[in-house]
Amino acid sequence: MKKILTTPLSDEDIRDLHIGDVVYLTGRLVTCRDVAHRRLIELKRSLPVDLDRLAILHAGPIVRPLPDDRFEMVSIGPTTSMRMEKFEREFIRQTGVKMIIGKGGMGPETVAGCQEFTAVHAVFPGGCAVLAATQVEEIEGAEWRDLGMPETLWINRVKAFGPLIISIDSHGNNLFADNKATYNERKIPIVERISEQVRFIS
Amino acid sequence: MDTVSVKPSPAETLTDVMARFTAYIGKRLPNDVSDKLAQLRAKETKALAKTVYDSMAENQEAAKRLNRPSCQDTGIIQYFIKAGAKFPLLGELEDILRDATLAATKAGPLRHNAVETFDEKNTGTNTGRSIPWLDWEIVPDDDGATIDVYMAGGGCTLPGAAKVLMPGEGYEGVTKFVFDVITSYGVNACPPLLVGVGVSSSAEMAARLSKKAILREVGSHNANPNAAKMETLLEDGLNEIGIGPQGLSGNSSVMGVNIENSARHPSTIGVAVSTGCWAHRRGRIRINADLSYDILSHKDAVL
Repeated sequence: MKKILTTPLSDEDIRDLHIGDVVYLTGRLVTCRDVAHRRLIELKRSLPVDLDRLAILHAGPIVRPLPDDRFEMVSIGPTTSMRMEKFEREFIRQTGVKMIIGKGGMGPETVAGCQEFTAVHAVFPGGCAVLAATQVEEIEGAEWRDLGMPETLWINRVKAFGPLIISIDSHGNNLFADNKATYNERKIPIVERISEQVRFIS
Repeated sequence: MDTVSVKPSPAETLTDVMARFTAYIGKRLPNDVSDKLAQLRAKETKALAKTVYDSMAENQEAAKRLNRPSCQDTGIIQYFIKAGAKFPLLGELEDILRDATLAATKAGPLRHNAVETFDEKNTGTNTGRSIPWLDWEIVPDDDGATIDVYMAGGGCTLPGAAKVLMPGEGYEGVTKFVFDVITSYGVNACPPLLVGVGVSSSAEMAARLSKKAILREVGSHNANPNAAKMETLLEDGLNEIGIGPQGLSGNSSVMGVNIENSARHPSTIGVAVSTGCWAHRRGRIRINADLSYDILSHKDAVL
């Protein structure tokens, strides 16, 4: 059975999550990527959306404008989360955001932020942009539109958005860091073995 | 009121075909790639990896049903052309493919991905200086043209790397280079990847061949027996690492490893890696002299 979390997210919801868990999200999900992070942290501008206990998505969607200042979500795949690593700890502290969704892993600063302020990072499968778009029920608002389509803060009402794979939990664990260590360990004997079979210069 | 119907010129006809084909490949994966993904999905045993494969399959279904680009990053558009020396539109082909990119950008729609370097402005058209990127080969005594269209997305372009090794490092050095690139940068490039390896003389020769390698079919092999053996060794070895879909661990890491090669200088081994993500959006079309065409990469495709 699908485990579905609903916003606003409580600290208890978050503490229940561990790396490798698969969950789905219902409620409010706001896109937030490079420039939004930079404006809040470096330029010290306050965000036009209250993210307390909500979730953000690292993504630059394709959105189709509809009449009466409404919008349709066409395609919304996650973008590489690591680009936000230098801002994320402080971002979590200032906004009270509980779930950060993106692609690939994040680093030690985000791990520290998640542990300190009880938050998680989760992965939505990359390249699955139409699947994600079908899980957006409505775009409820759009802020900082001056940033252009990819960087605008799109406020989405989502239903069972996922699968979301927990990659950093609030207990100090980092799935991608663990995986990378395993891959690098496995690599050494494999490269040695192949090397013996490719001595074509002799 | 009388309407005058004007027959489109040959260049307009081909522009229209290439525009529609370019938009099409953003929505449907080529047969070799979707077959391989189905195989990897079927033999996957890890629950997390299965969940991801299921999402991929669902996404491709939704893209087909809703007629939308399957991934929001529709890449930099690249055309790899094998043109017959007697192809009637040889001289016009560059303009035709640029116009086709412009038209596909509107029709797709394709995301605006061409940023002029140094000016650092997005042109908003997917065209710019040398973009779409064209790669030419001229085939003597042929009057048709075979064109590969490739959408080079950001994620799968990032791992690209080339290096010139000393011969003392040998193919052992080539092996290490491939593994280092894939374990360091392949994890975030939306695996399972199609890995292209160029083995040549200088950096740019190897780089071009590594990209040509990922245009070759999944499961095909280099004609040289040693190169083919190395393809299999690298594929099996990378799979043993178990990077899995999206780098989340699984039974495999790659859809395959394709090697393209040339002769080299005695003092150098040029090696390069290019990667294609699981959503490896490429298509091959054969244009005949009379501008009739056959789509070779997607069976039952209708433009």
